[in-house]
Amino acid sequence: MATNVVLDGREVPVLEPGHSFESVTEKISSIVLTRPISAGWILGLMFCGGIVMMLGTAISWLLLKGTGIWGINIPVGWGFAIINFVWWIGIGHAGTLISAILHLLRQSWRNSINRFAEAMTLFAVMCAGMFPLLHTGRPWLAYWMFPYPNTMGYWPQFRSPLIWDVFAVSTYFTISLLFWFTGLIPDFATLRDRAGNKYARMIYGILAMGWRGSARHWKRYESAYLLLAGLSTPLVLSVHTVVSFDFAVALVPGWHTTIFPPYFVAGAIYSGFAMVLILAIPIRAIYNLKDMITERHLDNAAKVMLATGLIVAYGYIMEVFLAWYGPSASDKFLVHNRFFGPYAIPYAMLWVCNIIVPQLLWIKKFRVKPVLLFLISVVILAGMWLERFVIVVLSLHRDFVPSSWGMYYPTKWDWMTYIGTLGFFFMAIFLFVRILPMISIFEMRMLLPEAEAHH
Amino acid sequence: MSNLYGLMAEFTSVADLKKAAKTTHDSGYKAIDAYSPFPVEGLSEMIGFHKDSVSLVTLIGGLIGAASGYGLQYWVANIAYPTNIGGRPLHSWPAFIIVTFEMTVLFAGLSATFGMLALNGLPEPYHPNFNVKAFERATQDRFFLCVFASDPKFDATQTRKFLEGFKPVSISEVPE
Repeated sequence: MATNVVLDGREVPVLEPGHSFESVTEKISSIVLTRPISAGWILGLMFCGGIVMMLGTAISWLLLKGTGIWGINIPVGWGFAIINFVWWIGIGHAGTLISAILHLLRQSWRNSINRFAEAMTLFAVMCAGMFPLLHTGRPWLAYWMFPYPNTMGYWPQFRSPLIWDVFAVSTYFTISLLFWFTGLIPDFATLRDRAGNKYARMIYGILAMGWRGSARHWKRYESAYLLLAGLSTPLVLSVHTVVSFDFAVALVPGWHTTIFPPYFVAGAIYSGFAMVLILAIPIRAIYNLKDMITERHLDNAAKVMLATGLIVAYGYIMEVFLAWYGPSASDKFLVHNRFFGPYAIPYAMLWVCNIIVPQLLWIKKFRVKPVLLFLISVVILAGMWLERFVIVVLSLHRDFVPSSWGMYYPTKWDWMTYIGTLGFFFMAIFLFVRILPMISIFEMRMLLPEAEAHH
Repeated sequence: MSNLYGLMAEFTSVADLKKAAKTTHDSGYKAIDAYSPFPVEGLSEMIGFHKDSVSLVTLIGGLIGAASGYGLQYWVANIAYPTNIGGRPLHSWPAFIIVTFEMTVLFAGLSATFGMLALNGLPEPYHPNFNVKAFERATQDRFFLCVFASDPKFDATQTRKFLEGFKPVSISEVPE
């Protein structure tokens, strides 16, 4: 169990006292149903929409000209596409961790952050999915990766990690969507019953599918929810493990290592919690939800980041140690090249962002002061992006044969695609907070003392 | 009153609903249902619903997923499209574990979600309960107990009197 946070001589609860069933329902549903649309929201949506236009431009040009417009070439054939794929999919993992693993561990503080963390997962996986799809060069033929009877008489190669990835990521997206939608059903019913607008009532009514809170329905619902949590838990661990197999199964120095699966999973959760905080900190301030997303949540999330960050640090140190201790000259050269080669600056920044700065989280002030925590989260996200840059680019650009060495420089199209997906992600978040209840209403009711009946 | 669907009592607290549900079920009414805005532990047992079969459906779905996932890979690698990859055996089962696992989770998850909905009879476009105006608070902050007219013990006057004994906030007739 998480230890309690004491601020100003007072223990901070998961949900501030003074709430009732009605006030919780009113507070969360009014953001969707009655709160007027602010100029800030419209401007934010327009700004993100503009960035999505840029993404559209970059993708259109890519489809016209081919992947040659990106900085990738031999020896670095993966570049931004794979860096960003791994980065985004890792961000998604915190949502599943919060909704599934913390549910199984009965950490009820998760009830106020699981809904938007799951939304974050879905949007992040959408962004992630774009990259390998575009990287194929002919995304309109992407369905070739699925096993289906075809006139070419051809089938996928199931011994390849890239095919495992197709199955892992598509399963992950499907299950995350089901989990999220299942969680939303009772809240759709609440919105249906509270909506004043006829069309809102109809749309939420269709989505609620006739949910009426029957005890028999709740019993089956809770079984299904628990099973989905139980299924998602190994799934989320498997997804980033499979992503790490894309690297670890290859023989390239720096990739061919057994430490990759655990350290990839830890890194994924590390960056995911950073993104959760980047979303939660402004949302709780703008929508006045500080009584539902309290300092306790910030503190807990910061502690998860600190713990997973230390696992990641162990991974980095172990990579250096194994190169020194092991017999492979290529590994020794790789580590030397990381510290002193042409990409020494990104590698040094990686250590600063991912290992040195997060040590501030040992100090309570940095865990509970929103602005400081927000800044640390941004640094961690940058650090995790650099980690993937170092893994992808530094291993490929100088491998076994010096005559085939080369450098990798991203082009403006690489940057436009990457920043474009950020715009897509935040645009989706902007729409989400006004269309769906961003905190699970029925699970918040369960946190109230009145929800416990003693007779 | 020929087309009466049931009688519905409204409560303000979990404890009241639980007490009423248990007493009603114990006094012989079997066609009843309780409604709450969040899952209440033990409530379904009190109205005589003990075991749901969602986990069984999920298990069957998961097994079908595992069998079809592994079977597909075996068939592709050995029969439909055998390829020699670095001299490895055609039936290189360790490489097939991951897709088998993913297919297991996928089928089990789909079965859990759609099995739960199907067993609950959802989507259900019309239900008589929604004819009662007060019932819209069942998804917000109120608790309801409904005795259906299909119960052999049901009698519009007697059952109403019985429900009044729990001192509910209101008692409504649910039209068909």
